[in-house]
This record gives sequence, structure tokens and C-alpha cells, in this order.
Amino acid sequence: MLIKNRKSEIGNRMAQAVFTEWHGQPLDEILYECRELVEDTDFPTVRRWREAGGQVVGHFQVYFPEEIAHAAGMLPFKVRGAPIESVQADSRFGSYLCSILKTSLELVLSERVELEMFVTHPICDAARNLAAVWGRNYTYPCEILYLPQNANSSYSAQYLRGEYDRLKRGIEKIAGREITDDDLSASLAVFNENRALLRKLYAIKQDTPWLISADDAYVLVSVGGLIPREEHNDLLRTVLPKIKERAAKQQDKIRVVFEGGFCEQPPLDLIRAIGRSCYVVDDDLLIGMRWILEDVPLNGKDPLFNLAEAYLETSSYSPVQHDLRKPKEKMLLKRIKDSGAEAAIVTAAKMCEPGLEEQVAYTYALDAENISYFIGEFEENMTSFDSLEIQLETFVENLLFD
Amino acid sequence: MTEKQIDDTIVGRGNKDGAALFRQWFDELNEVAAQGGQSAYVFVMGSMAEILRVFDLPVVFPEINSLQTAVRRVAHEYLDQAEDYGYSPDICGYVKADVAMQLRNGKHSMGRIPKPTIGVYTNACNTYIKWAEIWERMYEIPIFTFDVPGTRAAGTQTWPGDLDFENDCRYVAAQIKELIELCEEITDIKFDIDKLREIMGHANVMSRGWKQVLELNKSRPSLFNALTDGTIYLGVANGFRGTKEGADYFDELVEEMEYKAAQGIGTLTNEEYRLLFVGVPCYPIFRRFNELFTTQNGTFINSTYLWFASGGTNTGFEYDLDNPLDSLAEGILINVRDAMDSMFFQDKILIEMLDTYHADGVVYHPIKSCRTTSTGMADNRRALMADRDVPSLFIESDMMDRRVVSEAQLKNRIEAFFEGLATRKHQAAIEGF
Repeated sequence: MLIKNRKSEIGNRMAQAVFTEWHGQPLDEILYECRELVEDTDFPTVRRWREAGGQVVGHFQVYFPEEIAHAAGMLPFKVRGAPIESVQADSRFGSYLCSILKTSLELVLSERVELEMFVTHPICDAARNLAAVWGRNYTYPCEILYLPQNANSSYSAQYLRGEYDRLKRGIEKIAGREITDDDLSASLAVFNENRALLRKLYAIKQDTPWLISADDAYVLVSVGGLIPREEHNDLLRTVLPKIKERAAKQQDKIRVVFEGGFCEQPPLDLIRAIGRSCYVVDDDLLIGMRWILEDVPLNGKDPLFNLAEAYLETSSYSPVQHDLRKPKEKMLLKRIKDSGAEAAIVTAAKMCEPGLEEQVAYTYALDAENISYFIGEFEENMTSFDSLEIQLETFVENLLFD
Repeated sequence: MTEKQIDDTIVGRGNKDGAALFRQWFDELNEVAAQGGQSAYVFVMGSMAEILRVFDLPVVFPEINSLQTAVRRVAHEYLDQAEDYGYSPDICGYVKADVAMQLRNGKHSMGRIPKPTIGVYTNACNTYIKWAEIWERMYEIPIFTFDVPGTRAAGTQTWPGDLDFENDCRYVAAQIKELIELCEEITDIKFDIDKLREIMGHANVMSRGWKQVLELNKSRPSLFNALTDGTIYLGVANGFRGTKEGADYFDELVEEMEYKAAQGIGTLTNEEYRLLFVGVPCYPIFRRFNELFTTQNGTFINSTYLWFASGGTNTGFEYDLDNPLDSLAEGILINVRDAMDSMFFQDKILIEMLDTYHADGVVYHPIKSCRTTSTGMADNRRALMADRDVPSLFIESDMMDRRVVSEAQLKNRIEAFFEGLATRKHQAAIEGF
């Protein structure tokens, strides 16, 4: 029996926006406010949401069916670490781990962020441990959402529909309300619009990359994981036409694809440094927010099944999902071709096992196709980019004057 | 027979026969490689041997091949070769040793490993998936991800009849059918349910025996060292799963352990401290690592390694042979899930075992190579210490890479640990006096 929860009632009807700083501002100011928000390690929008009585589901990278939390009136908050020092979390983990794992837990241990639920996924050997670690430190539900690792079984979509239903029941208990099919359909519509707007942003990056810098495009995406998706839609609806109206001129930069940002995020300064010498015409940064490539059908009778099927059938790729139909190196070559890129920047977060393993396949495939690439590692906490920028400039010069 | 003759026949039989079976298994793989025969590359956490043996596919365990290079102290040659090929020093050493082995056309310190016809692996370790993708690229063979949903949160395991268990089980059952179809296709052998039933019968004997053997080590003194002897038994549990040799071996192993328990025969260690081991052994200095404990009169009475690296068959789950396919789905789900629980959610069971196994301390061994087993270990230890006033040791090294194994540092830490154990024992004796 579900108990009506006052907080979730408030959350569900929350009309007060949590990110208003950009309202009524010119484009450059809007982008400035987005950068400020993305780089604010106190996550003020999440705090405001909770202060207004809202509840928060923290979900670790890469993909999470945010629609289900949204349909319950909760804020799905994308847990993606932060450039902070891991003071308390270090004692909960061993060595040889990626930074995002530690800083994500640090966010809650340091009370920068408070949650009602935490969900991780079996994306890698380290991340799947998070539910157990988190659960030993917090009494609220901390769990693994078992997204199917066999994307090619005839039963995968049906299984995932059942797994989403299990998640839905758990969320309902926390929210204190039932999630109806109508609620889900309404949330699917919000997220469909969001993904469509993000596709438009990426079309600008690809067609006219001089109109939006790599770091500005990144913050416009990234901010979506920190605020209600309706607000993100408002923001994107406002800025996309303004970006198109810009009078920026095309520069002599090479077009590249950035690969390796599917989980831990590179520092904004690193993306900015890349953008100074290259046009980043496509990437896998925060790919979970853009995982589903087409609108999820709204006319079906079973929204959960439609969402599950979309995860498997109309989706992007990443090193942490195996699908026989999507060999990663072939998908990277396709991404390069489709975006008209001339080269690739193939990175991996330090200690990221799937990323580091995929780098080998990527580089052999790129060599075979005679496509130039720049290879590197990053960490969310890195602060010095001079050496990397010099190497990158040399790489670019070699391409320009080859 | 005199008691002495019985002793000589039974005591130590598990180790002797286990080593012989292991040699036999590698000889057979060598022969398959020489003949260019088919083989299935599989992993210890959910090998699917029950299905693969129906199709006469010899099973190759790349994890075991890799750890053998470390035990034989040649792992660094393989790791260097894989790193030269492009693999990072920061990824799993097992993967790299196998990559080098494949680049050497299967050459291994115990012979030659056949090339794979198929790769079958569960999601119990994510690296399995990345690893199999390497074979897929190298050999253009079919690979099959056998996805077994694990426990979602501590203490929330579901069981038959539960809505969520049944959803997971249907998914596993569908994959069994799909794997059977794939095996029929690649081997041109028709699926034989009676053969499956026979294999599952042998697997039942092995699972039952494995559970009994582990539980018999509650005896004082302990009957076997979980780190060294246990690894031999584990090798048979994996390499011979579903075979008559494997079933006979475990029947005899139970007999040996029951005999030793009845006679009060322990290991060679003067057992003063009974320890639980958490993690993967330190294969680059396998014997020496154990000696660092046994010379201080400590012995390992159980190990999480013996649970998860047996694919969870330590649960003793026995298949219903009247309903083989459905029961296989249920058994795979319960066992592989348990293997994952032994890595992620093991704190509660360790706390229980402090009493049931009369353990004096817990040794945590996180390793660079394996994030699956190592990521949550420090937090697990915190939970254990919060619950119980029990000595524990946290020592980091590796299962493959001798560059991150510092024997001197390990020795210092281990000696300090035993000093603490001795002080406690002394204190307890004074208080009890």
C-alpha cells in the first residue's frame, strides 16, 4: 500500500524553477551561467530542488531511464563525479581506481548532495561495486539497475521491461505515489523533446562548428543532468536559435571526433583546450543523455516496454555495452564518417578499464583506415593542460601541413 | 589395512589426484591444439560447461591459463608483450597474459592452448565481456554474453515464485535456448537432453561435494588450507565440471575430509590462528605468500575466492534432473548471482563465519588487476570492523604483475598483524585466567 508523501506531492507539482540565472540574458551570459553551474561542485540546483521539498534519485553513469524517476515527480540527478578532493571516500575504496568512483561518493559523504535513492549499473567492474559500498554507508535504497548485457537475446527487451518495472515499484515506494502509464507517457514526451533538442545542438556542432565552441556545447548538454528536464528544454529552446544567429566566422581548424567521455568527464578546461585547435564535430561526452537516438513511441500501450526497446534497438554505442550489431571500432569509424571528421581524439579516463581496453581496438581500426588520431588519458581533477595542448597543437599542425 | 595404510591412501589424495587431473586436462587441450580441434573459451564464474559438454566442446579457461604463467613466474614476459601491443599497464593482467598467449599462437608454459571456436562468458565480471571482444576481433568467432542478473542491493535476493526472480529466470532460460542453438550451429551436433541430464547429474555430485568440503573445514584443526589446497580443488571444480572424473574426485575428496575430521588430522601448519581470506591469491609469489602466514602459525580456513571462482557452486545447488532446462536456468541464476554476491556483498557472511568457522582474523587482499573483487574491499572491511572487534589485515598486491608485489612490505605488514593477534590471544588468556 502506497503512503501519500507530502514531499513528493510538492515535488511533483514543483513549479518553481531551480536554474533561473540565465533567464532574460543574452547568449554569452546564458553560456556563462551554464558554465558556472556545471563547474559548481556544490550542485546548487539539486539543493534548491530539495529545499523546495523535492526528492532526488542519484544515478551513476552511463545510461539511466530517467523518465521513470521523472514520472514519480523526482529529480533524476546524473552522478558524474566532480573535480573535488576525495577526502572521506578514499578510505572506502582501494587503490588503482578511476577518480569518478571516489568523487561521486565524496559528493554525498561531504553532504554536497543529498539523495533519496542511488542507482548504479553494471557498466564496469568498479561501478557495479558502488551499490554495495553506498548501501553500507546510507540507509536509503542503493541498488544496481541490471541493464541487459546481452543486447542480442530475443528476451532482452522483455527482461528489461521487467527490470524497469522493478525499479518503478522501488521509486513508487520512495515517492509515496503510484506511477501510472499516463505519468510515464508524459515523461517520455518531455525526454523525447529533450533528446530532439540535443540532436539539434549536435547538428549545429557538426554543420557549423564555428558557431558553438566545444566547451559551450558541452555545458549546454551537461546542465541537463542537474536540473528538471523541462527547464533544460526551455533553456535549449531559447539558446539554439540564438546560436544559429551568431555571426562567427569559420576558422582553419581540423574537424575531430572526441571519444572517451562516456563516463568520467574531462575537465571543462581540457575540452576548451581541444576546442582552441579543433572543431569537435561529434563526441561521446555524456552519451547516456543522448543514448536513445529516436523518439520513444508514445502511442504504444506499454510505455515501459517502449522505453526498454528503445534502449536496445534505437541507441548509440559505448565501450560499456556489448552488442554484436555494434562493434565499437566500426561504430567509431561510422561516427567519424557521418560527422565529416578528419581525425579522432581517442582518450580514456585514468584507470578506466573499459576505456583503456577499447583504445587498443580503436587505434588498430583507425590505423587500418589510415585515419589520424591523437591518443591520451585524462582525469576529472587534472588542472594542467599545457603539455597536452602543445602535443595537440603539434598533432593539428602535422595534419594541416601534411 | 592398517590405520597407517588408510592414512597414506586417503590423506593428501585430493591434492595428488587434483594435480594429476589438472595435468591430464592440459595434456588434452594440448592434443586438441595439435589436431586443430574445436574448443570453447569460458570463465570460472559461470562456465556453462553443462551445455558445452553436450556438444563435446573442450573448455578452455583463459583465467587459469593466465594465472599459471604467474605461478610459473613467466607472467611478466606475457604482460610485456601485451603492453607492447598497446594494452595499458592499468588493465587486468589476466587479459594481457591471454592476449600475448594468443599472439604466440596459444603457446603456454604447460603446452599449447587450442584456438577458440566460440567464446562464452557471463557478466559476473565485466572484463569477461571486453576480453571476449578481443577474441571476436582476433578470430572472428561467435561470442555469447550469458547475462545473469545479480543481486540488486544487499540482502534483497529473490527466490523462485517471486515476480523479479521469475523475470530474471525467464531471461536466463531464453539465453540457454539461444546458446544451445548456437552450439548446434557451430558443432553440427544435435542437442541431446539425456546427455545434458547426465552431465548435470555429475555437476550435482560436484556441487554437493564442494559445499560439504568447504563446510567440513569448520573442523579444528582445519583440514585443508583454503589458499593453497583449496585452489587445487577449485581447479578440478572448474576444469572438470559436469564430468564423471570430476564427480568421482569430489566424492573422494569428501571422503578424505570426513576421514581427516574424524581422525583430527589437520594441515602441516601448527594452527594457532584461523584466518579468512578475501580476494584473489597473490599468484606471482603463490607459495611464498602463503608461507608468510603459515610460518606465523596462521592458516586459511576459508576464502571468498573459493566461492566466486567456483561460479557460486559452493551453494551446493542441485539440478532437478526431471526438468533439466528449467532447473539449469534456475541453477545458473542462483549460482552466478551468488558468485557476484561473494565479491560485492560478502560482509554479512564473513561476520557469520567468524563464529561458525571460529576464525581469529580476516585478511583482505585487494589487487591492482581486479577491480571486480577489489573496489569495495576497504569499505567491506570498515563494515566488518564496525560490527565486530576482530583483527583484519588489508594488503594490496596483484594476481599477475610482480611489479606491484613487494614481498618485503607484505612481510612487514603480515608480521605486525600476527603480533596483534598474539597480543590479543595473550590478553584473552589473562582475562580468562
